[in-house]
Amino acid sequence: MHDILSKQRNVAFYLTYLLVGAILFGFIAAFTLFAVYSERKIAGFVQDRLGPMETGKYGSLQTLADILKLIQKEYITPAAADKALFAAAPVIIFVAVFLGFTVMPWAPGMAPSGLYLGLFFVIAIISVDAIGLLMAGWGSNNKFSLLGSMRAVAQIVSYEIPSGLALIAAVMITQTLDLREIVINQGILTAERLLFAGVWDVTHIGGLFAWNTFQAPHLLLAYVIFFIASLAECNRAPFDIPEAESELVGGFHTEYGGLRFAFIFLAEYAMMFLVAMIGVVVFLGGWNTPLPNIGAAKLADWTTGLAWGIFWTLSKTLLIVGIQMWIRWTLPRLRADQLMALCWKVLTPLAFLSMAISGIWRVWVMV
Amino acid sequence: MFKITIQAFITAAKGLAVTLAHLFGARRSRGTRDVRKADYFDQQGGVTTVQFPKEKMPIPEVARYQLDVEIDDCIVCDLCAKACPVDCITIESVKATDVIGKTSDGSVKRLYAAQFDIDMAKCMYCGLCTVVCPTECITMTDQYDRSMTNLAELTYSFADMTPEEVEEKKREWTKFQAEKEAAKSK
Repeated sequence: MHDILSKQRNVAFYLTYLLVGAILFGFIAAFTLFAVYSERKIAGFVQDRLGPMETGKYGSLQTLADILKLIQKEYITPAAADKALFAAAPVIIFVAVFLGFTVMPWAPGMAPSGLYLGLFFVIAIISVDAIGLLMAGWGSNNKFSLLGSMRAVAQIVSYEIPSGLALIAAVMITQTLDLREIVINQGILTAERLLFAGVWDVTHIGGLFAWNTFQAPHLLLAYVIFFIASLAECNRAPFDIPEAESELVGGFHTEYGGLRFAFIFLAEYAMMFLVAMIGVVVFLGGWNTPLPNIGAAKLADWTTGLAWGIFWTLSKTLLIVGIQMWIRWTLPRLRADQLMALCWKVLTPLAFLSMAISGIWRVWVMV
Repeated sequence: MFKITIQAFITAAKGLAVTLAHLFGARRSRGTRDVRKADYFDQQGGVTTVQFPKEKMPIPEVARYQLDVEIDDCIVCDLCAKACPVDCITIESVKATDVIGKTSDGSVKRLYAAQFDIDMAKCMYCGLCTVVCPTECITMTDQYDRSMTNLAELTYSFADMTPEEVEEKKREWTKFQAEKEAAKSK
């Protein structure tokens, strides 16, 4: 009897995990469809065009049609490719990004997995992406692919330093790596005492003022560094030299087609969402509302909750993703040496500076 | 280095402002699409896309698109075929025994056009054939939207003679020649 019960509990346990995974995957797929559509529309509008208009009303079914086409296509492996690496690379690239979503908090008390080292886990698991890219480039046995993936790895490894340091600057303020706790301590649900800019007690006012970037204003600098570095980490313009269409055909995914290409693409957009969400969670209050309590108008109290949490997380993240797209269609690509110079000579020193300020802030202001 | 970086940020912000203005400017379409209008180049904002089969750009009647031949005005001089850089015009003439008529500008016609084909798939729209034509019977029109499922359909045939007529005219000319030879040898 006891045995059956525990077995049932086991089954329920694994089913829950599968369900959460399926929901997350569904969300990523839906987000990718939406993001590709909006990317094409934004690109169109910025360039005084209309973007997709033919499939569905205002071209709204265009990306759905695209993915249907990709699913139907044949798997083509180049004759000289390393078959195992070539087939495994898209899986690794996607899984690395997908696993990053496991620790992201969506709303009060709602995170797929509560991990005390959440932030560390995310940074670590995103780095695995670089291995996938290198496998894709090497496995393709194509000079453009290999060049693209070499560039990607060089870029991702370099930019992990400023982005990591910027996150550490924030972690020094929050004193925890648990993403759930980081978010809770940026709003009215906190058990701690929150100070806006280190002087004004906003524990019960919440809203915008309690976000990490405003609790310690130098984190604004850290966020800008993190944002720029995150653009480089997800290989987006102006840091898209790994894909550089005009030089490298398609970079590391030149030889991919069909569903494999679809997964690389899915990972790219999931990565955009993930890095935007990390920035939102660590610096911009996560699921906390931007509206403060003003006297009798308890705006922050009214707009905090499960549904509100999801709403704020989504809208903040999508706003950041929108900014990523806006930047992509504005700025030209950096040269490889400019990219490295920006990372090592500007962003890394600035990140160290903000880390140092964090230390001072922690010792002198927050005591 | 930091000076350059600050400069880069300022210029990036300028660029972002420009693209943002265009992003929101895309709510309206660029109204004037007729290049002949005086204010055509004043329109700098808004969407430029013309959603082709549904919308069409106004073009002048004398636009330089597909060729048309007024075969009644053609004297079958073959100049257009010779001028064509891509050899898309094929002309076959049959000599007439006598003057067969006049074109609308008064040129005398002495040749029948047995074949006058223009392969629009080869045509590069240079308009050289229209320049050399002495009777201005070959012209460029405002027609451009002609898609065919069969490539052969893009070969436009302008000759209006049936094969029997061509045969007959050929026979007439051979007979005429033979009679002339006979008259000479007498």
